[in-house]
Amino acid sequence: MTRDQAFYSALTALDRQAYVPGENKRLYDKDPSSLKNRMERENKIVESLEKAVELSGLKDGMTISFHHHFRDGDHIVNMVVDTLARMGFRDLRLAPSSLSDVHAPLIQHIKNGVISHIETSGCRGALAKAISQGLMDDPMVFRSHGGRAAAIEEDEIHIDVAFLGASSCDPFGNANGYSREGEEKSMCGSMGYARVDAQYADTVIVLTDNIVGYPNVPFGISQRLVDYIVCVDDVGDASKIMTGATRFSTNPHDLMIAEATSNVIVHSGYFYDGFSLQTGSGGASLSVTRFLREAMIEKNIHASFALGGITGAMVKLLEEGLVRRLLDVQSFDLDAAQSLKNNRFHQQIDANYYANPYRRGAAVNQLDVVVLSALEVDTSFNVNVLTGSDGIIRGAVGGHPDTAAGAALSIVVCPLMRGRMPSVRDHVNTIVTPGDTVDVLVTDQGIAVNPRRPEVAERLEKAHLKVTPIEELARRAERITGKPDPLPFGDKIVGICTYRDGSVLDLIRNIT
Amino acid sequence: MTRLRRSMLFVPGNNPGMMSDAHIYGSDALMFDLEDSVTLREKDAARLLVHHALKTIHYGECERVVRVNPLSTPFGKADIEAMVAAGVEVIRLPKTETAQDIWDTETEIERAERKYDIPVGQTCMIAAIEGALGVVNAYQIASASPRLVAIALGAEDYCANLKTSRSLEGSELQYARGAIVVAARAAGIDCIDTVFSDVNNEEQLIKETRMIKQLGFDGKSVINPRQIKPVHRVFMPTREEIMKAQRILAASREAETRGSGVVALDGKMIDRPVVLRAERTLELAYANRAVFEEEEA
Amino acid sequence: MKITTPASAGTMESGDIMIEIESGEQQSVEVVLKSSVANEFGKQIIATIRGAVEEFGLEYAVINAVDKGALDCTIRARVFAACQRATGSDAFDWGKRA
Repeated sequence: MTRDQAFYSALTALDRQAYVPGENKRLYDKDPSSLKNRMERENKIVESLEKAVELSGLKDGMTISFHHHFRDGDHIVNMVVDTLARMGFRDLRLAPSSLSDVHAPLIQHIKNGVISHIETSGCRGALAKAISQGLMDDPMVFRSHGGRAAAIEEDEIHIDVAFLGASSCDPFGNANGYSREGEEKSMCGSMGYARVDAQYADTVIVLTDNIVGYPNVPFGISQRLVDYIVCVDDVGDASKIMTGATRFSTNPHDLMIAEATSNVIVHSGYFYDGFSLQTGSGGASLSVTRFLREAMIEKNIHASFALGGITGAMVKLLEEGLVRRLLDVQSFDLDAAQSLKNNRFHQQIDANYYANPYRRGAAVNQLDVVVLSALEVDTSFNVNVLTGSDGIIRGAVGGHPDTAAGAALSIVVCPLMRGRMPSVRDHVNTIVTPGDTVDVLVTDQGIAVNPRRPEVAERLEKAHLKVTPIEELARRAERITGKPDPLPFGDKIVGICTYRDGSVLDLIRNIT
Repeated sequence: MTRLRRSMLFVPGNNPGMMSDAHIYGSDALMFDLEDSVTLREKDAARLLVHHALKTIHYGECERVVRVNPLSTPFGKADIEAMVAAGVEVIRLPKTETAQDIWDTETEIERAERKYDIPVGQTCMIAAIEGALGVVNAYQIASASPRLVAIALGAEDYCANLKTSRSLEGSELQYARGAIVVAARAAGIDCIDTVFSDVNNEEQLIKETRMIKQLGFDGKSVINPRQIKPVHRVFMPTREEIMKAQRILAASREAETRGSGVVALDGKMIDRPVVLRAERTLELAYANRAVFEEEEA
Repeated sequence: MKITTPASAGTMESGDIMIEIESGEQQSVEVVLKSSVANEFGKQIIATIRGAVEEFGLEYAVINAVDKGALDCTIRARVFAACQRATGSDAFDWGKRA
């Protein structure tokens, strides 16, 4: 159509503007330079972390976030907070997906007022101990992975700047926990938790030690979400980010628990061709995979998918055709990361997809069976995975409450005692997963079924698996260990353990 | 029902971490060791530890056996006294060579039983045969005392004594194994085979257990809880064996009610030993009950 | 009975307790405890150690204990072993020490 009078009258009638070259300043000019030139010139890479922070507009009192896919090898949190401290920031609110032993240097930044508040899913080591002793005035807030994703989505946690470490990133921000292009210096596999931060943070800064060519496909985080990229020497210590394959336990307690758990699954009523499952990475929970594999082969049963933190053991089942798909929010070992990189039936998912408590379709809701480790279980089936028997913070909420609530059958595993500490007892120190979402407890000295699930108990008994009342297990433990004294907690609240919807499940008090 | 001794789990006597819940793995017997696994300097401490464990910890259905030091050492006498005082079920005597070894041990046991008000004769014995002389004297040993419930083969010392070494197929043990089974049966007691030390080789463990079961052994010593299940599985009768045993016993009961000494099944006469073997088959099946019915389902 | 030489018994393995005993200047039984389960069982462990020392027949002693989650029966066995070694007494009446 020619641009005559009729064209313009028609546009007026349609209430539209005509395109005029150069008029819309928001459009980028056509650039005749090559992709090679553009990657060098027009990219999102800034020269330093300080520069990226300046550009982000970060101010005192704002919320910054991190992911924990580099586990105990992580360099990002300490590097960024050190830099922010040098730049003079104060009263920052820290919202990492989890914290571990390596983050002990944060203690100093808390003391100096750089950090005034922390929300996370777990905390370990010296930092956790200091928090338990009352380091912070503001209690640490613990959320599950699903609870955190929902809180971010609903703006209960408003992330001003996300600092996301990546094993690979191209000049325009396509980032991932591995790279199909050459060798990454440090691989973490899935970036499931980081993807939520990338989606909702006001500003996203990717830190990487491995700039690769555009486009970095497949990507875990899309360039669409990334504002700035900073090159660093190391995102982490590769040897601590990933171990080889997670090794099967040879601990006889673990093996007994694992074998019993596998028997429970087989006779639970949820072991059918096409069932779905999640198992953890703890000793006993991991070994369940091995025993279950034998039962699956023997009875010619396949799983439609396995979910969660993925281990090499699960990858083996995928490769053998016993499991048809893997949904991976976090890769626990190198075998899992390699599989995510190379197997198209091994899919990276984000924390929202994994465990958002408000979505019917969340993957945890499609689980038939989940096997979860525990530090303590009480006679109401409440589970603690956060504080030790000494009352000190030393664990992570993780996906525990999410999967327990989502799965048709949740099985919690732990030894009856650890040394002199009874794991099954009248009351847990901290309720992390409420007992009404826990169905079966398997210990090395007996199986208990939640009275809410009489049909499960009946199926197990029919298969000659002995079911013991949980109170009897607790009494048996106490007869051997003696009755523990009440812990000498103080009056200061140092932690708030929230449920998936943000409501408070339990409070953690200070202790020395 | 007679006591099953398919598996006897070895528990080092100076390791409290293993002692508190050694029974949960389901072995038929636990053997706390005061002998080779305990250094000379720790003999006193291990003796105290096992004594207090036996007095305090409830080991459920497991038969409680303690391997004491030989009476020829400075520790043997005190070991026996401390274990009998703690109410141990079985004293296992290592390196038994002659019937006199049994009588000497028996004297010490009886002395301790009288001292601690335990019915004389209550404490049982197992004699471990670990040398050529012991094998030659196997029947004299096995029949030396009514306290004896079993004799056992200890292969490591035996092989050293024979100037040979242990092999995977175990040809060096053929004679000793045969001699011990025959002696035990002649004396009417149980016989227990030596340990298989490669914990990671389950396949060979199963092979060896099948072989010693075929020779006539009642069970095997095990050094790791992981070995218990495979050993029990070997001693598990097959479905056909169980069904046949049930029919034999039914015929036997029926003959008894008729007042007849002749048992017949499917028109064939059944000898007394066949009935006894059927009883044993069902005992083993009962011990494996859960496994059996699970497989049937 | 008297302590003639400082002695120890037990190990630092999980589930065990290391007991070191010597004669002190105080006319009493002093117990210093380090334990992985101090918050929940510290008082009970000290009472168990003290009870076993007195039962053995010692009135004065200084005990240093490093506990790795030992059960009561283990604690008693280790205390008795240390006491035997420290006093050089091995004449033991097993009936009394249930």
